[in-house]
Amino acid sequence: MRKIRVVIAKPGLDGHDRGAKVIARALRDAGMEVIYAGLRQTAEQVVAAAVQEDADVIGLSILSGAHNQICPRLMELVREQGLDDVLVVVGGIIPDVDVQRLQAIGIRGIFRPGSPMGEIVTFIEQNVRVRETA
Amino acid sequence: MQLKSEAAASGPPSQGVAISDSPASARTRDFTTISGRAVEPVYGPAHLEGIDRDREIPLPGEFPYTRGIHPTGYRGKLWTMRQFAGFGTPEETNARYKELLRNGGTGLSVAFDLPTLMGRDPDHPLSLGEVGKCGVSIVSLADMETLFDGISLRDITTSMTINSPASMLFAMYLVVAEQQGADWTRISGTIQNDILKEFIAQKEYIYPPRPSMRLITDVFAFCAREVPKWNTISVSGYHIREAGATAVQELAFTLRDGIEYVQYGVDAGLDVDEFVPRISFFFNAHSDFFEEIAKYRAARRIWARVMKDRFGAKTERALKLRFHSQTAGVSLTAQQPYNNVVRTALQALAAVLGGTQSLHTNSLDEALALPTSEAVTIALRTQQVIAHESGVANVADPLGGSYFLERLTTDMEREAFEIFDTIDRMGGMVAAIERGYPQQEIAESAYRFQQAVERHEKVIVGVNDFVAEAEAPVPILYIDEAAAGRQLAKLERLRRDRDHARVERALEGLREAARGSANTMVPMLEAVRAYATVGEMCDALRDVWGEYEEVPSI
Repeated sequence: MRKIRVVIAKPGLDGHDRGAKVIARALRDAGMEVIYAGLRQTAEQVVAAAVQEDADVIGLSILSGAHNQICPRLMELVREQGLDDVLVVVGGIIPDVDVQRLQAIGIRGIFRPGSPMGEIVTFIEQNVRVRETA
Repeated sequence: MQLKSEAAASGPPSQGVAISDSPASARTRDFTTISGRAVEPVYGPAHLEGIDRDREIPLPGEFPYTRGIHPTGYRGKLWTMRQFAGFGTPEETNARYKELLRNGGTGLSVAFDLPTLMGRDPDHPLSLGEVGKCGVSIVSLADMETLFDGISLRDITTSMTINSPASMLFAMYLVVAEQQGADWTRISGTIQNDILKEFIAQKEYIYPPRPSMRLITDVFAFCAREVPKWNTISVSGYHIREAGATAVQELAFTLRDGIEYVQYGVDAGLDVDEFVPRISFFFNAHSDFFEEIAKYRAARRIWARVMKDRFGAKTERALKLRFHSQTAGVSLTAQQPYNNVVRTALQALAAVLGGTQSLHTNSLDEALALPTSEAVTIALRTQQVIAHESGVANVADPLGGSYFLERLTTDMEREAFEIFDTIDRMGGMVAAIERGYPQQEIAESAYRFQQAVERHEKVIVGVNDFVAEAEAPVPILYIDEAAAGRQLAKLERLRRDRDHARVERALEGLREAARGSANTMVPMLEAVRAYATVGEMCDALRDVWGEYEEVPSI
């Protein structure tokens, strides 16, 4: 069976990459293929990486509060590229009031500070490519 | 185990939330510090063997200053209660500053937004969604004038957390001071200006390491002549620790960064006894109480020895390590956020017992958003309670001589010197960074800690133990896009109204200085006076030096 392929990226200007790197390693240790795209990626670059890497999952780490601008742009590009079955998850500092807003545009998993790595791994394993099997 | 479950059972359930029973955890399991250091059940005289009291722990105020830089501790002067603040527009932040000063804050500390920190104007594509979010947006001198409107720069000290574009924001501050009629030789404050920890940890770099170091030595040289009371750099372990370093890694990497800056200053022809006294440090105040106190004490001892032995410093001021501290943002939890008040109080107490010169206490809501004004007030009050009610500020280094603490201090000092040797063998810190050494070490520690949390070897109250099933939300500060809109409109007006020819000339002057060896501060001041934007000034230097890109690795 093909490994789950995950693109992890930090969009925007923020450089705090501890969370992104820890999650990237945890997913790799859980048997996934992880492509860490690194810092300061525009939504365009992240989606291009997802296309190029044939990713099943896009994981974004956003701590700066820019999620309400970056995520809609990214989801627009995801749809344009026909990546509707790619699971998009976001980790970071996301206020309660924004959680629903992000879910409404198709961000399926939202993980805030203190989320156990095991929970994130399980969420991805259970939700990846559900559209394909639906 | 007993203690834990008793606390959970008898503690008042906050706001009517249900508190789950803790899983039975044997007290035999993990007796290491938060950094993974094994500690013994009890310490005694045998643990002081090899520690020469006269050499290692003389009285406070005596070399090597393990016990503090002042003979009477905080009796002469309490630490500065400096709350890091900034959000939205300069107008909004100016109002917050006035409130902090009214509430008894004794210094200001500017948090800039990411576009400012990264040298991008609000209309740059990468600034999308970032304007005014993590701090205040400062685009040009006009914004700096607004930020300090009605605040006398003669009477306060200001710390500015700014690194890659540090000299530009510093130049703006100097021009505002000048407009207010404040003498540059009398004003004081700090710019962080520490690019090495950006490459190592926080990643807010613009230019490659070597030209970045040039900007810093230019500030050293300029201030030695023109702004002699300004702290030209705040060598920061805070971000290194936040990125996942252990206490010893924070200690060692930070001080080794300090050594690198001193070496660059010496190589640029500066006099150690003249510029080193203006170097200050910035450490994290994390949760492991004694390990943190030992870290600060070891830091002072190491710095005094290194300045004396390695650089031949003679004046006392060059030997004494002064530091700011901030409680650990990374320790704050989004779950049961009121617990963060307690965490912060304990961390702040460690910083005070470690002899900090100034302190920022985090607010309870910072794992959720930038803090509300109410949360910031509690954080400031926490410091005031420690200062005025606990009695700990009455006696200098009250824990000095503790078997445990002195052992820990000495062990951490030795381990830091071992890390210095490793970095020296690589050719110094810039070379070590270029090969990714500190970055990898920190990522490794971060992952190890996270695994310990997952395995329940480390308990985080409210996160992996003592979890509440339902929680009432706390009010948070919500920053919308209005600030971005206002900053964009101001930028458009500025670009229309200013003297274009003067801006162009000034930016060309900056490029020319960057290509040659003239001090970049001089053309920077002219560009600031011409109302060039931070983005334009940074671009002028990008034209000459290019940009640094990290190879992503996990």
